[in-house]
Amino acid sequence: MNEPILRVTELNKKFGEHHVLKGIDFSVEQGERVAIIGGSGSGKSTFLRCLNFMEMPSSGTVSLDGKEIGKPAGKNGERRYPESELCLVRERVGMVFQQFNLFPHMTVLENAMEGLLTVKGMKKEAARDLAVKELDKVGLADKHDAYPGRLSGGQQQRVAIARSLAMEPEILLFDEPTSSLDPELVGEVLVVIRKLAEEGRTMLLVTHELGFAYHFATKVIFLADGVFHEVGTPAEVLKNPKQERTRAFLNRFTEFAF
Amino acid sequence: MNYQFDFGLILQSLPVLLRGLLVTIELWIPSILIGLTAGFFLSLARTSKSIALRAPSLFYIELFRDTPVLIQLIWFFYAFPIIIGVQLSPFTAALLGLALNTSAYSAEIFRGGIQSIALGQWEGARALGMRNSQILRRIILPQVFKRMLPAFTNRAIEVAKMSSLASVLSVHELMYQGRLLSSTYYRPLEILTTVAVIYFILIYPGTWLSARLEKRLAAKA
Repeated sequence: MNEPILRVTELNKKFGEHHVLKGIDFSVEQGERVAIIGGSGSGKSTFLRCLNFMEMPSSGTVSLDGKEIGKPAGKNGERRYPESELCLVRERVGMVFQQFNLFPHMTVLENAMEGLLTVKGMKKEAARDLAVKELDKVGLADKHDAYPGRLSGGQQQRVAIARSLAMEPEILLFDEPTSSLDPELVGEVLVVIRKLAEEGRTMLLVTHELGFAYHFATKVIFLADGVFHEVGTPAEVLKNPKQERTRAFLNRFTEFAF
Repeated sequence: MNYQFDFGLILQSLPVLLRGLLVTIELWIPSILIGLTAGFFLSLARTSKSIALRAPSLFYIELFRDTPVLIQLIWFFYAFPIIIGVQLSPFTAALLGLALNTSAYSAEIFRGGIQSIALGQWEGARALGMRNSQILRRIILPQVFKRMLPAFTNRAIEVAKMSSLASVLSVHELMYQGRLLSSTYYRPLEILTTVAVIYFILIYPGTWLSARLEKRLAAKA
């Protein structure tokens, strides 16, 4: 068995008194594609955001290539995370957000170049070449000079994916990448994500698109009440769920299917 | 109305007034520059996680915003030297008062601007691996600048006019010269109207430029 590229041990996250993630153990191997499903408020976005430290875990560890991030601080498993270390982690673990979070004062090309210039310290020409390549890949070769405000939601999300790809991350996190899109724009984003899957990239995807999760994922996790309720292959979890809770959740999705 | 407007007097006073204008500009531009710079760092302190930075900066900002500028200027001339044991020239006292007052106001403009930028902008940049200082410089401030431009223009206009208060400290700026001339010739109408026109000519180009810049920035987004 391969050494996991990312491993999470006893991960807890509390917002004040609210215990969102309750001692999660989890690992991802190279090339795995994990879809995380669950009701709203189940903690699935929070879980994903702990992996690149958009949220700081309350306790527990996240390891990349066997190396634990941060240093122990305090006796309850709390850790201290220096900014420089987190920046290195985030360079390797990219994230695509529900709200795109593009930089509105920069053109599409500048958006895709920004991380290369500031984080990787690349020369302008090299950064431009790389950014152009990634924008081509997501089908936005003709939008280099447009500002994000002029683009459709689907186009904006594809720019965000290109921006993240340009950093050449080892793992890509997608936090409900299609949830804020009009239904007719969802497809163009999913097509791009599928293409990345075909390249064998390691990805984690929080989504409500169960059909896509079924075809996309090598592993599906059903998260409820801050724990992994059910984990398995897409067929196991989505077609033949063992847990009553998973079944109830899936039924709500198929209730109005035709 | 049979008041005889004495245009000759205006021409005659112009050299004195223009010398005053120079001093006004010497007060105005530096106090804006110092005020903006200090205000930026104040706003960082004001929004800091550390209460040791937040509390004093808040106190400073409110102190300057909630007391009359006139008193601040007088205070810097008469009271401040007693505390530090060094007599300040009227010009230095006025400059100090205007600059510190401006820093308090611009700190609040910066703070409002920075906080008006959605959290998602920080997250989007952070997710790329950018450091907070890089995010502030490359992502947040360029967006903030556009939003703050009208507020800063306002502030610059205010300070230009506020600098006339330095006349009470006998700083020989435009207003002081105007008051001096009008009491010398007993012709306040001519002199003060001219002073007002000079202030207008001084300030208007700035507001015009800023409006154009605003339009250009708006067209870009």
